[in-house]
Amino acid sequence: MALQSLDIWRRSATTTPSPSQREPIEVAKLIDVTKCIGCKACQSACQEWNDVREEVGVNIGSYQNPHDLTANSWTLMRFAEIEENGHLEWLIRKDGCMHCADPGCLKACPSPGAIIQYKNGIVDFAEENCIGCGYCIKGCPFNIPRLSKEDSKVYKCTLCSDRVAVGLEPACIKACPTQALVFGSKEDMKDHAAERIAELKERGFENAGLYDPQGVGGTHVMYVLHHADKPELYNELPRDPHINPMVAVWKGITKPLALMAMAGAVLGGFFHYIGIGPNEVEEDEEEEKA
Amino acid sequence: MSTHSDKYIQRYNAQERLNHWVTAITFILLILSGFALFHPALFWLTNLFGGGPWTRILHPYIGVVMFVSFSGLALRFWHHNILSKNDVQWLKQIPDVIQNHEDKLPEVDRYNAGQKLLFWTMIATIPTLFVTGIIIWQPWFTPFFPRNLDRFAVLMHALCAFVMSTGIIVHVYAAIWVKGTLRAMIRGTVERAWVKKHHPGWYKRIVEGNDH
Repeated sequence: MALQSLDIWRRSATTTPSPSQREPIEVAKLIDVTKCIGCKACQSACQEWNDVREEVGVNIGSYQNPHDLTANSWTLMRFAEIEENGHLEWLIRKDGCMHCADPGCLKACPSPGAIIQYKNGIVDFAEENCIGCGYCIKGCPFNIPRLSKEDSKVYKCTLCSDRVAVGLEPACIKACPTQALVFGSKEDMKDHAAERIAELKERGFENAGLYDPQGVGGTHVMYVLHHADKPELYNELPRDPHINPMVAVWKGITKPLALMAMAGAVLGGFFHYIGIGPNEVEEDEEEEKA
Repeated sequence: MSTHSDKYIQRYNAQERLNHWVTAITFILLILSGFALFHPALFWLTNLFGGGPWTRILHPYIGVVMFVSFSGLALRFWHHNILSKNDVQWLKQIPDVIQNHEDKLPEVDRYNAGQKLLFWTMIATIPTLFVTGIIIWQPWFTPFFPRNLDRFAVLMHALCAFVMSTGIIVHVYAAIWVKGTLRAMIRGTVERAWVKKHHPGWYKRIVEGNDH
């Protein structure tokens, strides 16, 4: 199993295939928000394993701490108090990279190999190749990557690719006391989610469901939601995320076409010079003047 | 005019020439560093600037220099670049232009319609590149703008860079194609016969002593 999961499916700014002969299993993290108690053990475990620390902040009347994802906080419990079906609900969602099958960050990145999608589905940033342009931030439909003020590199959840590569589950999974977080093959996680959703429906959550948005090809971090019909209740989880069309146009077919057009202009000039030739002042014209 | 001799006519003074070449040098640096990030096939151009991060750091500062320098050119030359009726006719006869049938074209003054259109293309694209460049300038300014504006800005930046570069390809080729032109921007002077042939309207005004 060693290094198997590190086979590469796609690299940023790379137009030829990466080594991808082997066929590892697609992995996924399943976040069952209905089981989450908001203890933030996952946040602590993430910082512990990845050796990052968040600055002590200020309380603004919410348990949410820090207030947003940062270059040091790659996962964040987002707390929302909402009224649904006539009573108060406290919805807690562990936010972080969704590890899209079609990652907008990777599509937008101009630096070869700064963003890698492993064949097991993990999308990872290789900060040593990052040039700090922030294009991945424009590409992401979930507003996840954060540019560090210290080193101008971008950071986000790695799905503990280093742990997964050696057969361990991500640190957050290991720390979760209620098994709201589970990790395994994407197929198994979908089966597990289906059981949980059936249970939730029995308990009266008619709209319980799985969040595995197809607009980005599905994700390798999935949610079980009690209100799958209204994902935006969970601190604006996007209903139908897509790579923004402006990013798709910018990074799609237009750039190769633009390069060809410019090469064509140069070639056109050259052929004009060869075919028709320069526009010169003839000698008799000069003499005529004199 | 005192700066004109029997053989040569003054087209650009030293300030104008220096202004042009500062703009041209920064343009080349911007094209090399910008195209490095435009498409993966050109990422190797970052090596010219000391690697990817240095390319990202330097590009916007060079851009500011170019914008300021180009503003100088725009202020110097805009009044020579107002399109006239002759220019419309000139553009209709593009096939004659391409085939060097200059005798069939309407009278050209200091600049022909192609040169004027290039000027206005630069007027449209360079300030747009400047504004969108500020918006996508990491890490200083991007955090102050909404994400979708940022996405729009980066798209417009690439689009304007393409239009400007294509324009400059035409500009450079025209200087190679029409012999005797380059001298105007290097020495500042052109031959009288060159002016008569390519800019007869301007030549008439020079003879009348009314060339500014």
